[in-house]
Amino acid sequence: MATETKAMEPKKDELLPEASERTRDGRCFVPRSDIYETEDQIIIVMDMPGVQKDNIEISLEKTVLAVNGYADLEEPDGFALARAEYEVGDYERSFRISNQINRDEIEAEYKNGVLHLILPKTEEALKRKIDVKVG
Amino acid sequence: MYRRFRPTSIWREMDRLQREMNRVFEDFYPNRTRSAPGFPAMNVWADEQSVLITAELPGIDNDDIDLNVLEDTLTISGERGTDDLPEGAVYHRQERGSGNFSRSLKLPYTVDTQKVRASFKDGILEVNLPRSEVDRPKKIAVKVG
Repeated sequence: MATETKAMEPKKDELLPEASERTRDGRCFVPRSDIYETEDQIIIVMDMPGVQKDNIEISLEKTVLAVNGYADLEEPDGFALARAEYEVGDYERSFRISNQINRDEIEAEYKNGVLHLILPKTEEALKRKIDVKVG
Repeated sequence: MYRRFRPTSIWREMDRLQREMNRVFEDFYPNRTRSAPGFPAMNVWADEQSVLITAELPGIDNDDIDLNVLEDTLTISGERGTDDLPEGAVYHRQERGSGNFSRSLKLPYTVDTQKVRASFKDGILEVNLPRSEVDRPKKIAVKVG
């Protein structure tokens, strides 16, 4: 098991501008993510502070799992920004997943600005693994 | 005899030029943020009576955040843990940091600690720090002589 820990990084990485442009105003960030694999699942953890639960879109198209989080760009009423260290923006990231994932059973949980995607492995993938163990 | 090091005029000129260039670039990107010296990154908002601080603290429980206000200094500290991995689990990718954090911010005035309000939602901490009554500027009327 990996025990190495990373230092906390206050800076967010911005999404590189690609061929297609965003229709929404504001910046877009790549959420920092952890991916780990257990015996029967693959879990993706993403930091998306400032996004409300209902403003997260997750889609699976062929083998690409895409996550979009839309932040609330509203600023505090009556206050002027005196010092800025971070910018509020949307989040976007996609991962290619293997065909060993049971596509119909993918689950998502969101709490305290962190999204957990739980990707269960298919029966075949699990069986195959057991076969190898026996062999 | 001790003599203070004085940069020669050419270096001073270079410094001046550099400052000038920095200013030009800052003007060019007026919305750019300063880099945060530590975790968490904070934004500071102000109005006449109070300062509002927002900070990005994803993945931290409400109870794991410590807020301390002493006169004019706010300290945010806490710990960010990692998921409890079951036996045999392996990381494929690890970009999210974890551990203890602490940051202090000095405010331009003394805070009325009784009236400090804080909320935490979707990984964003919001702290409202009202200026203490005693510290507020007094208006002085100008009398016509």
